[in-house]
Amino acid sequence: MKPLVAALTAALCLLAVALPAQQTAALPYTVITRDARRPLAARTMNGQEMFALDDLARLFNLTVREDASAGGLVIGAGGQTILLSTQQPLASVSGRMTSLPAAPARDGRTWYVPVDFVSRVLAPVSPTRIDLRKPSRILLVGDVRMPRVAARVEALGTLSRVTLDVAPPTAHTVAQDGSRLVVRFDADALDAADLRANTTTDLVTNIHLGDTPQSIAIDLGPRFASFRATDQPGAAGLTRIVIDLAAQTDTTPPTPTPTPTPTPTQPTQPTQPEVPPLLDLPPAGGLRTIVIDAGHGGDDAGAKGTQGTLEKNVTLAIARRLKAALEARLGTRVLLTRDGDQTIGPDQRAAVANNNKADLFISLHANASVRPNVAGAEVFYLSLEGYGEAAQRAAQAPRDALPVLGGGTRDIEVIPWELAQARYIDQSAAFARAIEGALRERVPMSPRALQQAPFRVLVGANMPAALVELGFLTNTQQEQRLLADDYQNAIVQALVEGIIRYRGAAAGGTR
Amino acid sequence: MNRNAMLRTGFAVFAVVAAWVLFFGLPRWYSAQKAATVAAAGASAAATPAQTAVRKITATLFYVSNDGVTLTPAQREVPFSTNVAEQARAIIAAQLEPAPPLVSAIPPDTKLREVFVTERGDAFVDLSGEIASKHPGGSLDEIFTVYTLVNALTVNLPAIKRVQILVDGKEVDTLAGHVDLRHPLAKSLDWLVHDSH
Repeated sequence: MKPLVAALTAALCLLAVALPAQQTAALPYTVITRDARRPLAARTMNGQEMFALDDLARLFNLTVREDASAGGLVIGAGGQTILLSTQQPLASVSGRMTSLPAAPARDGRTWYVPVDFVSRVLAPVSPTRIDLRKPSRILLVGDVRMPRVAARVEALGTLSRVTLDVAPPTAHTVAQDGSRLVVRFDADALDAADLRANTTTDLVTNIHLGDTPQSIAIDLGPRFASFRATDQPGAAGLTRIVIDLAAQTDTTPPTPTPTPTPTPTQPTQPTQPEVPPLLDLPPAGGLRTIVIDAGHGGDDAGAKGTQGTLEKNVTLAIARRLKAALEARLGTRVLLTRDGDQTIGPDQRAAVANNNKADLFISLHANASVRPNVAGAEVFYLSLEGYGEAAQRAAQAPRDALPVLGGGTRDIEVIPWELAQARYIDQSAAFARAIEGALRERVPMSPRALQQAPFRVLVGANMPAALVELGFLTNTQQEQRLLADDYQNAIVQALVEGIIRYRGAAAGGTR
Repeated sequence: MNRNAMLRTGFAVFAVVAAWVLFFGLPRWYSAQKAATVAAAGASAAATPAQTAVRKITATLFYVSNDGVTLTPAQREVPFSTNVAEQARAIIAAQLEPAPPLVSAIPPDTKLREVFVTERGDAFVDLSGEIASKHPGGSLDEIFTVYTLVNALTVNLPAIKRVQILVDGKEVDTLAGHVDLRHPLAKSLDWLVHDSH
């Protein structure tokens, strides 16, 4: 037994000796002042990160003296005196007690204090600003502008969205630099501890600090086409930069030259979960928001087919498909005036477009005739005949300048709701022509393919607008075609192409 | 004095006689004259029945073409009237009548309630609810329904510049959800022809 007790005692002694030696060098912190950066050694002792008190004394001009009678260390900081207990995790500053995660520890002749000593005890008494950022292992001293930046990457359909949360709010610019987007901040440095792409997409391959300490680089994938950066209000004391990246669309280029393409299969079905509506999106050549109006609905069934097909159902089915296709191919925000069987008034339909600042309004309908042989699609834009001189005036209405609080003026448009469309007749004509041209390549057209009429739903639309009659439900053959998947897809493809062509023409400078 | 009194009496008598002639004599004589004319006209009408039939004019009415994509004009005799509103009523009534084999864009059973014409040349055509409730829908046919009525009045009656359709006495947004009927519409001959785009 004796040897065993001796061995155990020896082992316990060894353990006791070994315990204070349980300290490892931790990654150093970086001390950042306006002029310089230097490392500050840290070590882990008994599971706590500690700084050497001597290092802090040099850094912050502290005086340190052991006072056995006081039972601790007396530290002079500026005019203040800090009493730090060597037995308990407590510090007293001018009689106010502050707790610490651990008591100071001694190694040889050097005292070590937990890193939190800096933030909890030193920072409050220091005349200069001291900011300890443990996750970034940074100690800011003095007036240094070093915003924290955190990043998040999301895939939204064909879009990728990068959200940067910046605290405190800092002025910045976003620009493309070759195969990366560079976000530059008006700061001395960036605290980018949380800056890493939580995921990558085909458009965002990485996010990291840029070439300068004030910038962040977003590495772009090969399919990147365009971006749009906006600031959104975040939580208090935070700027949220939202950067939406759009992929190249693998559609025909937006040239007026008709390039016949084989009818592709519909990529998305209306039943699939929809991408959440985006608050702001990449400019698809100036088309940020498109509103699709499924004609009729609810009590108003619209035209009725010979076999009982109701116009309101056909328009809704095609509107849903068109929405999915436009979102997938243009990355545009697309809204429907109705996504169910509701009764909606004409002004409400235009209101959806106006209130969402839509760039295009397209109303879908199916036709009817007393002559059952009539067939083919038709595209309409507004005729101002019948609206009289008021409409002509509205078309050339000057903007009114209103004085703004704090000086200056702001232009506002004062246009009667019912005449909003008057100013867009030329653009609506171009839009209708583009759609008519694209439809003609895929579906049979009526002899009256492109027309103007005083249509109620178009009058109030404050953007280029067109109404498309997809086909005649009173024609038995067309009624069947309008219900068929392939025909609905052909219409949708044509409408998407029409919109792309209009976008291309509008980007050419007519807008 | 005596002479003065005589003058006054004479003047009073003259005034009474003049007043009687002015307010009673002349109207009596005038209505008697008129009665005589009417009697004469009645007599001549009885003598020649061909002339009694109300005078007619030839009006241009509109129907849906065989190919269904235009409005076709057709000539019809309608009763003549010197009153514009009455003439307009006669034209619309004729337009509402079925005229096989021509096909009308106006739903069957639609009745004419009234036509008003303002001094500015705006006609208000008040029709029964069937014009909307029995409308087959579809924008092309709605355009045809509206412009059948608008053109029937504006083409035939130069005094009428614009037409607004009322349904059961009320202003309406549209008949079937397309054409804005909140304002009077002017003549449009675009729907009589189509150029192939």
